[in-house]
Amino acid sequence: MLSRTADCLFWLGRYTERAANVARGLNVAWRMAGLGTGEEWRRLLVATGCEPGFTAKHGEVTPEAAADYLVRDPANPSGILSCFAAARSNGRQVRTALTVDMWSALNESWTQLRGTTEADFGGERLPGFIDRVRERVLLFNGAAQDTMLRGEAFLFVRLGTALERADNTARLLDVRHDLLTHAPHGAAEYAQWQAILQSASALRSYHWVYRDRLDPAKIAELLILRPELPRALLACHARVTEVLEAIAAGQGGRRGECHRLSGEITASLRYGRIADILDGGLHEWLTRMIGRTAELGEAIEAFYIRGE
Amino acid sequence: MGAAFDEMGEGPQLRAAYAEIARWLAATPREALAVKRAEAEYLFRKVGITFAVYGEGGDPERLIPFDIIPRIIARAEWERLATGLSQRVRALNAFLADAYGKGEILKAGRIPAALVTGNEQFRPEMAGFTPPGGVYTHIAGIDLVRTGPDEFYVLEDNCRTPSGVSYMLENREAMLRLFPRLFAAHRIAPVNRYPEELLATLKAAAPGKAGHQPTVVILTPGHFNSAYYEHCFLADEMGVEVVEGADLFVDGDVVMMRTTAGPKRVDVIYRRIDDDYLDPEAFNPESMLGVPGLMRAYRAGNVALANAPGCGIADDKAVYPYVPEMIRFYLGEEPLLNNVPTFLCEQEDDRAHVLANLDRLVVKLAQGSGGYGMLIGPHATAAQREEFRARIIANPSHYIAQPTLALSTVPTLVEAGIAPRHVDLRPFVLSTKDSVRIVPGGLTRVALREGSLVVNSSQGGGTKDTWVLDDAPSVQVQSQSQGYVSC
Repeated sequence: MLSRTADCLFWLGRYTERAANVARGLNVAWRMAGLGTGEEWRRLLVATGCEPGFTAKHGEVTPEAAADYLVRDPANPSGILSCFAAARSNGRQVRTALTVDMWSALNESWTQLRGTTEADFGGERLPGFIDRVRERVLLFNGAAQDTMLRGEAFLFVRLGTALERADNTARLLDVRHDLLTHAPHGAAEYAQWQAILQSASALRSYHWVYRDRLDPAKIAELLILRPELPRALLACHARVTEVLEAIAAGQGGRRGECHRLSGEITASLRYGRIADILDGGLHEWLTRMIGRTAELGEAIEAFYIRGE
Repeated sequence: MGAAFDEMGEGPQLRAAYAEIARWLAATPREALAVKRAEAEYLFRKVGITFAVYGEGGDPERLIPFDIIPRIIARAEWERLATGLSQRVRALNAFLADAYGKGEILKAGRIPAALVTGNEQFRPEMAGFTPPGGVYTHIAGIDLVRTGPDEFYVLEDNCRTPSGVSYMLENREAMLRLFPRLFAAHRIAPVNRYPEELLATLKAAAPGKAGHQPTVVILTPGHFNSAYYEHCFLADEMGVEVVEGADLFVDGDVVMMRTTAGPKRVDVIYRRIDDDYLDPEAFNPESMLGVPGLMRAYRAGNVALANAPGCGIADDKAVYPYVPEMIRFYLGEEPLLNNVPTFLCEQEDDRAHVLANLDRLVVKLAQGSGGYGMLIGPHATAAQREEFRARIIANPSHYIAQPTLALSTVPTLVEAGIAPRHVDLRPFVLSTKDSVRIVPGGLTRVALREGSLVVNSSQGGGTKDTWVLDDAPSVQVQSQSQGYVSC
């Protein structure tokens, strides 16, 4: 496959996933806002990497300004509309590598969303808007899963989705790491823990896996080390490794630094212990993980896209 | 300019090939046609067949309006056209080989040498080099217009990178979906083999060293190009990669493409970018679209380019008047298709005639395209004519002029109902060393504005499906058409 095509497919996977992650984050933010912590919107801006841009433009964090920046503002490259625009633009450049269903999902999402104004997501409309965004991404992922030939094109989309998801989970955890490292049991902390799980669509899963009250160490374990939760770091990195291995297998075993690094990260997650991670400092550990994920993305591009 | 010839005709003048269409139009309420038109637009929008127009504001991804009433050409008419097209393109290829080779037609004084070797489109890099198989314009689009039952003219030749073939194919697909019963009532020559024929043509162009399964790619300027959809569509239909300049590089005079599995050798490039941008080493050094070293690889015989660089001297509007001479000179035949009489403003007599008759002539840029920079005398204001007069006097060699032809019309669905609108036709001619192939049909462009003669999509033109009808109409239609003037 052409390197440029692979690049577009990889970013197509990343941008659609990013749009859904921002939507998930918004979903938690507006719920939490009712609890009056006030910190929620800022945490979301940090988790999505939008804080510097937001502060430069708006200064003070207000719910309205934060929602606008995260949904509509074309100046924010990680905003929902920008993600859809970038996803569609990447998809359009490699139309022939997509199936008609994928393209329709992408194109119709863009047609529906492109004219979005504050009136579409402001105030009470936000929850409905977020649901629509999540549905569009689910539709796209379903179309990819159901209709794509199981070749390199499919693998590069999956690779982008998995890597973006890994990055997102680590960031989500990191902006709330303080809540998982000490254990006062007030109502506000409990709500924060719920929020962490909800932003990874994992609240129900927690109950199914542990059948127990929320506990910070278990929450960290679920989101970092459990293979059965699709948004856990282990699940995401195992998927990245699996996809990289599948691509290598299709090319007669051709491997590079990205394969080694991905295998190393996955192994550390597969055989890691939550107690060790917490003892060494969750924030420090997550910061390292976010850095290594970025390094992995760079290694993938160096090997497959730039041919280095 | 008299009344235009209508290809359908009406009453006793209804032409046989249109009998079934006339019946269908008479039997179908306007609202039903409007619904079908909306459905067609939805289909095109959904597939994403858009034409990108940048720099004019508004939506950059536009649909070319599609008219649901087909344009029909009877098989016998088509055969005459096809023979004439084949003859013309063979002569154009022979001319290109000669112009970049021995220059015999110039030595014989049949075409002024200055018009060729002094032409901006002449590529000295091509002189003395013979492309694989000796073919220059592998894919040519010849624009034809019609003025009467038997009068066809070649309006212009497109020997460089003619576009529009995806519309020929997609229009047919849309019509099949919208009007299956109409298809059942006609015997329409299929067009869907075009991609296969194109791939065969491109493979045949491969250099000798390429082996049996040459790697073919389409080189596009990128997704900002107005024809980007077409580049992807053709690549997809042929099962080849669509590449941008940055996807290719030249290593030891061999062209390679960057793939996820490492570099892969490329044998044939169907390039849809202009000569100037092909190779910054050989042509425009500012080009970001091309591939440095491509011309070296080409001249080393390691890659084929379709079409060859330098084809612009064959479709230049100032060279156009000499195409009939090329046919006589290279093929020893009389031209089967007419040229439109053309005045070269560069020549004194012609210029005097043009300046004295600006209100009756069409003035065009000798190297323009897309209907820009054009004066349609009878429809122009006095001020516009004076502006062109000044431009012609300032730069006579930049302009040619032709009489306004009464282009034929075909019934078209417009706001007010069904009305005649002017059309042209661009068939696509594929050439290899041994053969010329033409898929029966082409792109019919229609000027949607009443009275307008400009069919270019960038100027508000639309398209129609073009049906080449096999002669024996189904029995039912035959009985219908009895008593009508047959063509």
